[in-house]
Amino acid sequence: MTMTGDQHTPDTPAAAPAHVEYHPSAREYVRVGLILVALTLIEVWLSYSDLAGTKLIAALLTATLIKFLMVVGYFMHLKFDSGRFSRMFALGAIGAFTLYVCVLLMFGVWGS
Amino acid sequence: MADITSSVGHEEQTSTGLPSTKLAMWLFLASECLLFGGLITAYILYRGASLVGPYPEDVFDIAYTSVSSFILVASSLTMVMAHNAALDKDYPRMRLWLTGTAMLGLAFVGGQVFEFTAFYREGLSITTNVFGTTFYVLTGFHGVHVTVGILMLLILVVMSWRGSLSDQPAFPVEMVGLYWHFVDIVWIVIFTLVYLIPTPQT
Repeated sequence: MTMTGDQHTPDTPAAAPAHVEYHPSAREYVRVGLILVALTLIEVWLSYSDLAGTKLIAALLTATLIKFLMVVGYFMHLKFDSGRFSRMFALGAIGAFTLYVCVLLMFGVWGS
Repeated sequence: MADITSSVGHEEQTSTGLPSTKLAMWLFLASECLLFGGLITAYILYRGASLVGPYPEDVFDIAYTSVSSFILVASSLTMVMAHNAALDKDYPRMRLWLTGTAMLGLAFVGGQVFEFTAFYREGLSITTNVFGTTFYVLTGFHGVHVTVGILMLLILVVMSWRGSLSDQPAFPVEMVGLYWHFVDIVWIVIFTLVYLIPTPQT
Protein backbone atom coordinates (compact mmCIF):
# COMPACT_ATOMS: atom_id res chain seq x y z
CA MET A 1 0.00 0.00 0.00
CA THR A 2 1.46 3.32 -1.00
CA MET A 3 0.24 6.58 0.45
CA THR A 4 1.72 9.92 -0.32
CA GLY A 5 1.63 12.92 1.95
CA ASP A 6 -1.31 14.52 0.24
CA GLN A 7 -3.62 11.51 0.27
CA HIS A 8 -6.32 11.77 2.89
CA THR A 9 -8.79 9.43 1.27
CA PRO A 10 -9.33 6.14 3.10
CA ASP A 11 -11.80 3.53 1.87
CA THR A 12 -14.69 4.81 3.98
CA PRO A 13 -16.77 7.61 2.52
CA ALA A 14 -16.36 11.06 4.00
CA ALA A 15 -18.76 11.71 6.88
CA ALA A 16 -21.11 14.62 6.49
CA PRO A 17 -20.16 17.59 8.65
CA ALA A 18 -22.15 17.69 11.88
CA HIS A 19 -22.82 21.39 11.62
CA VAL A 20 -21.93 24.19 9.28
CA GLU A 21 -19.59 26.76 10.76
CA TYR A 22 -18.34 30.13 9.67
CA HIS A 23 -14.56 30.25 9.48
CA PRO A 24 -12.84 33.62 9.26
CA SER A 25 -10.51 34.20 6.34
CA ALA A 26 -6.72 34.33 6.65
CA ARG A 27 -6.92 38.12 6.37
CA GLU A 28 -9.32 38.31 9.34
CA TYR A 29 -7.00 36.09 11.38
CA VAL A 30 -4.02 38.31 10.57
CA ARG A 31 -6.05 41.34 11.63
CA VAL A 32 -6.88 39.68 14.96
CA GLY A 33 -3.21 38.69 15.36
CA LEU A 34 -2.09 42.28 14.77
CA ILE A 35 -4.58 43.55 17.36
CA LEU A 36 -3.21 40.99 19.85
CA VAL A 37 0.35 42.16 19.15
CA ALA A 38 -0.74 45.80 19.57
CA LEU A 39 -2.45 45.02 22.88
CA THR A 40 0.65 43.20 24.11
CA LEU A 41 2.77 46.21 23.13
CA ILE A 42 0.39 48.48 25.07
CA GLU A 43 0.65 46.19 28.10
CA VAL A 44 4.46 46.26 28.02
CA TRP A 45 4.43 50.05 27.53
CA LEU A 46 2.04 50.43 30.48
CA SER A 47 4.35 48.40 32.71
CA TYR A 48 7.20 50.85 31.93
CA SER A 49 4.99 53.95 32.20
CA ASP A 50 4.42 56.22 35.19
CA LEU A 51 0.99 54.71 35.71
CA ALA A 52 0.85 52.90 39.05
CA GLY A 53 -1.46 51.29 41.57
CA THR A 54 -5.08 50.54 40.79
CA LYS A 55 -5.05 52.43 37.47
CA LEU A 56 -2.16 50.34 36.16
CA ILE A 57 -3.72 47.07 37.31
CA ALA A 58 -7.12 48.01 35.82
CA ALA A 59 -5.53 48.95 32.47
CA LEU A 60 -3.46 45.76 32.33
CA LEU A 61 -6.39 43.53 33.28
CA THR A 62 -8.62 45.20 30.68
CA ALA A 63 -6.05 44.58 27.93
CA THR A 64 -5.63 40.99 29.12
CA LEU A 65 -9.39 40.40 29.11
CA ILE A 66 -9.70 41.75 25.55
CA LYS A 67 -6.83 39.52 24.39
CA PHE A 68 -8.37 36.52 26.16
CA LEU A 69 -11.77 37.09 24.55
CA MET A 70 -10.26 37.67 21.10
CA VAL A 71 -8.30 34.41 21.16
CA VAL A 72 -11.25 32.45 22.53
CA GLY A 73 -13.75 34.12 20.19
CA TYR A 74 -11.81 34.15 16.91
CA PHE A 75 -8.91 31.69 17.10
CA MET A 76 -10.90 29.10 19.09
CA HIS A 77 -14.04 29.88 17.02
CA LEU A 78 -16.36 30.26 20.01
CA LYS A 79 -17.83 33.38 18.40
CA PHE A 80 -18.97 31.31 15.42
CA ASP A 81 -19.43 27.88 16.99
CA SER A 82 -22.30 26.27 18.84
CA GLY A 83 -23.33 28.02 22.06
CA ARG A 84 -22.94 24.73 23.92
CA PHE A 85 -19.16 24.91 23.58
CA SER A 86 -19.18 28.47 24.90
CA ARG A 87 -21.34 27.50 27.86
CA MET A 88 -19.16 24.51 28.64
CA PHE A 89 -15.98 26.59 28.59
CA ALA A 90 -17.62 29.45 30.47
CA LEU A 91 -18.63 26.99 33.17
CA GLY A 92 -14.96 26.16 33.75
CA ALA A 93 -13.50 29.62 33.21
CA ILE A 94 -16.07 31.66 35.15
CA GLY A 95 -16.40 28.90 37.74
CA ALA A 96 -12.64 28.86 38.32
CA PHE A 97 -12.49 32.67 38.40
CA THR A 98 -15.33 32.90 40.95
CA LEU A 99 -13.93 30.11 43.11
CA TYR A 100 -10.43 31.54 43.27
CA VAL A 101 -11.56 35.13 43.81
CA CYS A 102 -13.52 33.79 46.81
CA VAL A 103 -10.35 32.02 48.03
CA LEU A 104 -8.31 35.22 47.65
CA LEU A 105 -11.00 37.22 49.49
CA MET A 106 -11.09 34.60 52.23
CA PHE A 107 -7.35 34.94 52.74
CA GLY A 108 -7.68 38.72 52.74
CA VAL A 109 -5.41 39.38 49.77
CA TRP A 110 -7.07 42.74 49.13
CA GLY A 111 -7.93 43.35 52.79
CA SER A 112 -4.81 45.20 53.87
CA MET B 1 -22.35 -1.92 15.25
CA ALA B 2 -20.65 1.34 14.43
CA ASP B 3 -17.08 1.18 13.23
CA ILE B 4 -15.26 3.09 15.90
CA THR B 5 -11.94 3.28 14.08
CA SER B 6 -13.44 4.81 11.00
CA SER B 7 -14.76 7.75 13.00
CA VAL B 8 -11.35 8.75 14.37
CA GLY B 9 -10.55 12.18 13.10
CA HIS B 10 -14.03 12.70 11.71
CA GLU B 11 -16.61 15.17 12.83
CA GLU B 12 -19.00 12.40 13.89
CA GLN B 13 -22.76 12.86 14.27
CA THR B 14 -24.10 12.54 17.80
CA SER B 15 -27.41 12.92 19.61
CA THR B 16 -26.42 16.51 20.48
CA GLY B 17 -25.66 17.27 16.85
CA LEU B 18 -22.15 18.21 17.94
CA PRO B 19 -18.96 16.16 17.68
CA SER B 20 -18.28 14.33 20.96
CA THR B 21 -14.53 14.79 20.53
CA LYS B 22 -14.96 18.53 20.41
CA LEU B 23 -17.30 18.54 23.41
CA ALA B 24 -14.75 16.45 25.31
CA MET B 25 -11.97 18.85 24.34
CA TRP B 26 -13.93 21.85 25.60
CA LEU B 27 -14.74 19.98 28.81
CA PHE B 28 -11.03 19.20 29.22
CA LEU B 29 -10.11 22.85 28.63
CA ALA B 30 -12.74 23.92 31.17
CA SER B 31 -11.11 21.61 33.73
CA GLU B 32 -7.71 23.06 32.82
CA CYS B 33 -9.06 26.49 33.84
CA LEU B 34 -9.43 25.11 37.36
CA LEU B 35 -5.88 23.70 37.32
CA PHE B 36 -4.22 26.90 36.15
CA GLY B 37 -6.61 29.01 38.23
CA GLY B 38 -5.39 27.18 41.32
CA LEU B 39 -1.73 27.69 40.43
CA ILE B 40 -2.24 31.38 39.60
CA THR B 41 -4.17 31.86 42.85
CA ALA B 42 -1.32 30.26 44.82
CA TYR B 43 1.10 32.70 43.16
CA ILE B 44 -1.08 35.74 43.94
CA LEU B 45 -1.71 34.52 47.48
CA TYR B 46 2.03 34.43 48.24
CA ARG B 47 2.98 37.58 46.33
CA GLY B 48 5.35 39.65 48.42
CA ALA B 49 5.37 37.01 51.17
CA SER B 50 8.94 35.83 50.60
CA LEU B 51 11.19 36.41 53.61
CA VAL B 52 14.41 36.08 51.62
CA GLY B 53 15.38 37.09 48.08
CA PRO B 54 15.69 37.05 45.19
CA TYR B 55 12.36 38.83 44.72
CA PRO B 56 10.49 39.17 41.40
CA GLU B 57 11.85 42.67 40.74
CA ASP B 58 15.40 41.30 41.15
CA VAL B 59 15.11 38.64 38.47
CA PHE B 60 12.33 39.55 36.01
CA ASP B 61 13.35 40.90 32.62
CA ILE B 62 10.11 42.24 31.13
CA ALA B 63 11.65 42.97 27.72
CA TYR B 64 12.88 39.39 27.39
CA THR B 65 9.58 37.85 28.53
CA SER B 66 7.68 40.18 26.17
CA VAL B 67 9.50 38.60 23.23
CA SER B 68 8.34 35.17 24.48
CA SER B 69 4.77 36.51 24.61
CA PHE B 70 4.99 37.79 21.03
CA ILE B 71 6.30 34.39 19.95
CA LEU B 72 3.33 32.61 21.53
CA VAL B 73 0.82 35.07 20.01
CA ALA B 74 2.48 34.50 16.62
CA SER B 75 2.19 30.73 17.12
CA SER B 76 -1.56 31.08 17.66
CA LEU B 77 -1.78 32.90 14.34
CA THR B 78 0.20 30.20 12.51
CA MET B 79 -2.04 27.59 14.14
CA VAL B 80 -5.23 29.11 12.69
CA MET B 81 -3.46 29.43 9.35
CA ALA B 82 -2.79 25.67 9.51
CA HIS B 83 -6.46 25.06 10.23
CA ASN B 84 -7.49 27.29 7.31
CA ALA B 85 -5.10 25.43 5.02
CA ALA B 86 -6.59 22.10 6.22
CA LEU B 87 -10.10 23.38 5.43
CA ASP B 88 -8.87 24.37 1.96
CA LYS B 89 -7.39 20.83 1.62
CA ASP B 90 -4.02 22.42 0.95
CA TYR B 91 -2.05 19.83 2.90
CA PRO B 92 1.52 20.94 2.08
CA ARG B 93 0.63 24.44 3.33
CA MET B 94 -1.08 22.92 6.38
CA ARG B 95 2.08 20.97 7.26
CA LEU B 96 4.17 24.10 6.76
CA TRP B 97 2.03 26.13 9.18
CA LEU B 98 1.91 23.26 11.69
CA THR B 99 5.70 22.95 11.58
CA GLY B 100 6.01 26.73 11.95
CA THR B 101 3.73 26.63 14.99
CA ALA B 102 5.81 23.82 16.53
CA MET B 103 9.01 25.79 15.87
CA LEU B 104 7.56 28.90 17.53
CA GLY B 105 6.50 26.71 20.46
CA LEU B 106 10.04 25.33 20.66
CA ALA B 107 11.41 28.89 20.66
CA PHE B 108 9.07 29.73 23.54
CA VAL B 109 10.07 26.66 25.59
CA GLY B 110 13.74 27.32 24.79
CA GLY B 111 13.30 30.87 26.03
CA GLN B 112 11.68 29.58 29.20
CA VAL B 113 14.56 27.15 29.83
CA PHE B 114 17.02 30.02 29.32
CA GLU B 115 15.00 32.20 31.72
CA PHE B 116 14.85 29.48 34.38
CA THR B 117 18.60 28.95 34.06
CA ALA B 118 19.26 32.68 34.44
CA PHE B 119 17.02 32.84 37.53
CA TYR B 120 18.75 29.82 39.05
CA ARG B 121 22.14 31.44 38.54
CA GLU B 122 20.82 34.51 40.33
CA GLY B 123 19.99 32.31 43.31
CA LEU B 124 16.31 31.57 42.73
CA SER B 125 15.52 27.87 42.96
CA ILE B 126 12.19 26.18 43.61
CA THR B 127 13.05 25.92 47.33
CA THR B 128 14.60 29.36 47.86
CA ASN B 129 11.38 31.12 48.87
CA VAL B 130 7.62 31.05 48.25
CA PHE B 131 8.06 33.23 45.17
CA GLY B 132 10.42 30.63 43.68
CA THR B 133 8.08 27.77 44.54
CA THR B 134 4.89 29.32 43.17
CA PHE B 135 6.64 30.84 40.14
CA TYR B 136 8.42 27.68 38.99
CA VAL B 137 5.37 25.46 39.57
CA LEU B 138 3.05 27.80 37.64
CA THR B 139 5.31 28.58 34.69
CA GLY B 140 6.75 25.04 34.71
CA PHE B 141 3.27 23.53 34.36
CA HIS B 142 2.59 25.91 31.51
CA GLY B 143 5.89 24.98 29.85
CA VAL B 144 4.97 21.28 30.10
CA HIS B 145 1.64 22.05 28.42
CA VAL B 146 3.44 23.88 25.58
CA THR B 147 5.80 20.91 25.20
CA VAL B 148 2.85 18.50 24.97
CA GLY B 149 1.32 20.81 22.35
CA ILE B 150 4.55 20.76 20.31
CA LEU B 151 4.54 16.95 20.38
CA MET B 152 0.91 16.87 19.19
CA LEU B 153 1.72 19.30 16.36
CA LEU B 154 4.70 17.23 15.22
CA ILE B 155 2.61 14.04 15.38
CA LEU B 156 0.02 15.73 13.16
CA VAL B 157 2.72 16.70 10.66
CA VAL B 158 4.13 13.16 10.57
CA MET B 159 0.66 11.59 10.30
CA SER B 160 -0.27 13.96 7.47
CA TRP B 161 3.01 13.26 5.71
CA ARG B 162 2.39 9.50 5.95
CA GLY B 163 -1.19 9.94 4.77
CA SER B 164 -2.67 8.41 7.92
CA LEU B 165 -4.44 11.49 9.29
CA SER B 166 -7.97 10.76 7.95
CA ASP B 167 -10.02 12.10 5.08
CA GLN B 168 -10.93 15.19 7.11
CA PRO B 169 -7.63 16.41 8.61
CA ALA B 170 -9.17 19.77 9.47
CA PHE B 171 -10.89 18.22 12.47
CA PRO B 172 -7.81 16.85 14.31
CA VAL B 173 -5.97 20.07 13.40
CA GLU B 174 -8.83 22.03 14.97
CA MET B 175 -8.69 19.88 18.14
CA VAL B 176 -4.94 20.35 18.56
CA GLY B 177 -5.49 24.03 17.72
CA LEU B 178 -8.01 24.40 20.54
CA TYR B 179 -5.44 23.02 22.98
CA TRP B 180 -2.72 25.24 21.55
CA HIS B 181 -4.83 28.42 21.78
CA PHE B 182 -5.77 27.51 25.34
CA VAL B 183 -2.07 27.32 26.22
CA ASP B 184 -1.75 30.77 24.62
CA ILE B 185 -4.57 32.32 26.67
CA VAL B 186 -3.10 30.86 29.86
CA TRP B 187 0.16 32.61 29.01
CA ILE B 188 -1.72 35.86 28.28
CA VAL B 189 -3.04 35.73 31.86
CA ILE B 190 0.29 34.61 33.39
CA PHE B 191 2.22 37.34 31.57
CA THR B 192 0.02 40.06 33.07
CA LEU B 193 -0.53 38.68 36.56
CA VAL B 194 2.99 37.38 37.17
CA TYR B 195 5.29 39.62 35.15
CA LEU B 196 3.57 42.94 34.49
CA ILE B 197 1.62 43.70 37.68
CA PRO B 198 4.19 44.88 40.22
CA THR B 199 4.63 42.90 43.43
CA PRO B 200 3.32 44.74 46.52
CA GLN B 201 6.01 45.87 48.93
CA THR B 202 5.94 44.14 52.32
